[in-house]
Amino acid sequence: MIKAKAVKLDGKFIQNIKLVGKKLVFFAVAPVFLTSCQVPSFFAYKGSTTQAQAEYKLYTGFNLAAMIVGIFVWALILWSIFRYRRRKGDESMPAQFHEHRFIEFLYTIIPLITVLVLFYFTVITENQVDAVSTTPNVRVTIVAFQWGWEFKYMNSSGNSVIATVYGNDGGGNFSTSTVPVAYLPVGETVTVTLESLDVVHGFYVPEFNFSRYAQPGHINTFDLNIVNAGYYPGRCTQFCGVYHTEMQFGIKAVSPQKFESWLKSHSSAPTK
Amino acid sequence: MTVITPRHTKVLSGDGNRGDSVDLNHDDDLEHGHHAGPSGILKWLTSTDHKVIGISYTVTALVFFLIAGLMAEVIRVQLSAPDLHLVTQHQFDELFTMHGSLMIYLFAGPIAFGGLANYFVPLQVGAPDMAFPRLNALSYWLYLSGSLIMVSGFLAEGGAADFGWVGYAPLSNGVNSPGLGPDLWILALLLTGFSAIFTGVNIVTTVFYLRAPGMSMWRVPIFTWNMVVVGLLILIAFPVLTAALVMLFADRHFGTHIYDATHGGVPLLWQNLFWFWGHPEVYILVLPFFGILTEIIPVFSRKPLFGYKGMVFATITIAGLSTGVWAHHMFTTGAVLLPYFSLVSYLIAVPTGIKFFNWIGTMWRGSIKFDAPMLYMMGFMIVFLLGGLTGVMLASPPIDFATHDTYYVVAHFHNVIFAFALFGGLGGIHYWFPKATGRMLRETPAKIGFWFLFVGVWGMILPWYWLGLKGMPRRIATYTPNMDYGTANLIVTLSSFLIVISVALFVANVIVSLMKPVLAGDNPWDGHTLEWYTSSPPPSHNFTKLPRIRSERPVWDINHPDHRTLVGHGKNLKDPSAAS
Ligand code: HEM
Ligand SMILES: [Cu+2]
Ligand SMILES: [Cu+2]
Repeated sequence: MIKAKAVKLDGKFIQNIKLVGKKLVFFAVAPVFLTSCQVPSFFAYKGSTTQAQAEYKLYTGFNLAAMIVGIFVWALILWSIFRYRRRKGDESMPAQFHEHRFIEFLYTIIPLITVLVLFYFTVITENQVDAVSTTPNVRVTIVAFQWGWEFKYMNSSGNSVIATVYGNDGGGNFSTSTVPVAYLPVGETVTVTLESLDVVHGFYVPEFNFSRYAQPGHINTFDLNIVNAGYYPGRCTQFCGVYHTEMQFGIKAVSPQKFESWLKSHSSAPTK
Repeated sequence: MTVITPRHTKVLSGDGNRGDSVDLNHDDDLEHGHHAGPSGILKWLTSTDHKVIGISYTVTALVFFLIAGLMAEVIRVQLSAPDLHLVTQHQFDELFTMHGSLMIYLFAGPIAFGGLANYFVPLQVGAPDMAFPRLNALSYWLYLSGSLIMVSGFLAEGGAADFGWVGYAPLSNGVNSPGLGPDLWILALLLTGFSAIFTGVNIVTTVFYLRAPGMSMWRVPIFTWNMVVVGLLILIAFPVLTAALVMLFADRHFGTHIYDATHGGVPLLWQNLFWFWGHPEVYILVLPFFGILTEIIPVFSRKPLFGYKGMVFATITIAGLSTGVWAHHMFTTGAVLLPYFSLVSYLIAVPTGIKFFNWIGTMWRGSIKFDAPMLYMMGFMIVFLLGGLTGVMLASPPIDFATHDTYYVVAHFHNVIFAFALFGGLGGIHYWFPKATGRMLRETPAKIGFWFLFVGVWGMILPWYWLGLKGMPRRIATYTPNMDYGTANLIVTLSSFLIVISVALFVANVIVSLMKPVLAGDNPWDGHTLEWYTSSPPPSHNFTKLPRIRSERPVWDINHPDHRTLVGHGKNLKDPSAAS
């Protein structure tokens, strides 16, 4: 008897959920179409390297998924709050149900599938972002230290330095004029080797949607394929001591021709 | 070590059908022994009563919360506009390091696991005290001395530790961070770490061995279940932190080079060890508050918990998975890019989702009364959800590359922490304050405080997320006007004042409620679990009688005989002690 009653209640329960669900999907998807099929940027940089743009695509996809999940769950919470609040003088006893195997199964399996899909796209994007070319056009070794940066431009085999850009705060007197600015070519593959002379630092360029630790004892290598010319401020993100705040740098992305002439004018004495 | 044996067993054994409650009074063992002791401050100093220790923990943790909050406000004022120099760079570093350290090590963990769990786990399982009362007292004194040692760092020459609450090597070694402050920080973490380990042993033993007759594991309230899982997680994780700290200390003082790359050591080892503790730690922090949420929602919805067993399995799954995801804090090291860490991190979203739907299922078609505890729990759920969603994003290495060590991460973790520690913590205290003191907290200031908190929290985290996406790094002491961070930071700072108002209202509420008591009675919320069966506050050995326990809400069953919890798919168990 008790069982039969429970089933009847649960039928309504599912109906309710379906109804709410339909409304929710509408509200979640509507804004996307309203902006004439343009996916919102969710406040992120669209990215100025191919790697950054891959990240940006993943980021917007994740945000759309999060928005749908979020709006669905928030609506369920708010619905419960407003629909099931106890009115004054209402002493009736709510139904004492405490499980529903099928719905419990659903809200286990659907999130599981969702995260597996997210994982699939993550792996694809991560492989793009982390790929390192064997034949880059430019090799740069970036050395972080307390508190500054050194950009060493290497020859094509990567074993000798042809130019350096150096910026050091000289013990806390860092002003914008001493921020080291490194030139890099647009449309070419730049392979960066990242090292640290002392503690852990973070190489971070917001508009490249990318950061990587510069750390003692572990050298990192990654590629940058810059797509837009321009000036990109960058800075240290991993706290590295008292002048961490001032550990800034800039990347100036220019055409390959301009880059070559800049490199020539900056070359140190030709090294063997 | 004195071990308290489950005395009730002999009262009940072989006697399952004696009506709805069992009188423990003739067990005269219960009523003497511990009583003729000292009184006043000496009583407090020497007490081994879990309730006294629980209150000490809670109050101490709240004091450190206020101190750490004050530090946060100094940071917030400094960052409220470009180019402000209220404090020097070095002082700024001390402030964010100690703010984070106090909040994590001395507040968020201890208030739940040392405070609320200490007080309510024995009550919820019908035990007279913790299994090892003296060890319990030792835990508290270790915690208090560790805490005082940590803040005493400010008095040391060179100041307090200033390398962030995570103490990354090699910044934290003797060359880069010389001085007494960092040593005190290490010592403090060792002491509070042992305190956590001992409490873990105590809680797990208490729940495994001191449950009242009829209280099978499948009838243990979820709050207590979560504490058991947290206890086990502590036993897995904290020894690793202890080892890492000992090695750091050896590097600083005994000439080892464990984390020193220039002498063949491995700096990355620190990060691996730290986060091997650190990620389980975030679940050590949050699971107790999930437990509070799970206690409060059914009571105020007048319904049994939806999916009790699912809840237990979800907790265990979260704990299990949490031991295998530490490297998601280290994606940008470039040394742990294995997709495995990303996958397992995502998987944690599944049991967490189950919890959310179970809470909603509990409210569904309930009769919900929004007294302060329930209101705070709604804040908890609504705010936490966003933190959970951004957490999934951060588990994706490419997205983490873009946001790591920026305000996006600061926003993410304050998002979840505000949800559980502020909404969950304050709500939990509103819920249990009547039990521990016999007095109600005032509803009106609690509700006004809720709205200040709710607006303040969103006003902080949303601009923080935005700042992170615009590239503002964390732990910077100031910024220049050309960076356009000013407006958002001003909103954050103003919002943080709203949180201050909310916390001040809470403190005032506690003081007023203690001075002008509104008596609570034994069960003001129509609670479900055993703590609501005894007096408020409970007598020294907690219970003079126990009800029959045949579901996870024995007190409800007594008070609502017509709506008893269905057990085993509608079958009523005949003998309450049969399943124990
Ligand atoms: C009461 C309101 C709070 C305010 C206004 C606040 C504000 C802040 C600020 C401004 C920072 C510095 C960010 C930076 O410079 O990178 C920070 C960092 C931090 N906060 Fe809070 N916070 C609050 C509550 C909490 C709570 C409750 C917890 C944990 C239980 C917490 C844990 C942390 C941690 C772990 C850090 C990182 C410290 C570090 O970078 O080493 N905060 N908070
Ligand atoms: Cu830095
Ligand atoms: Cu983690």
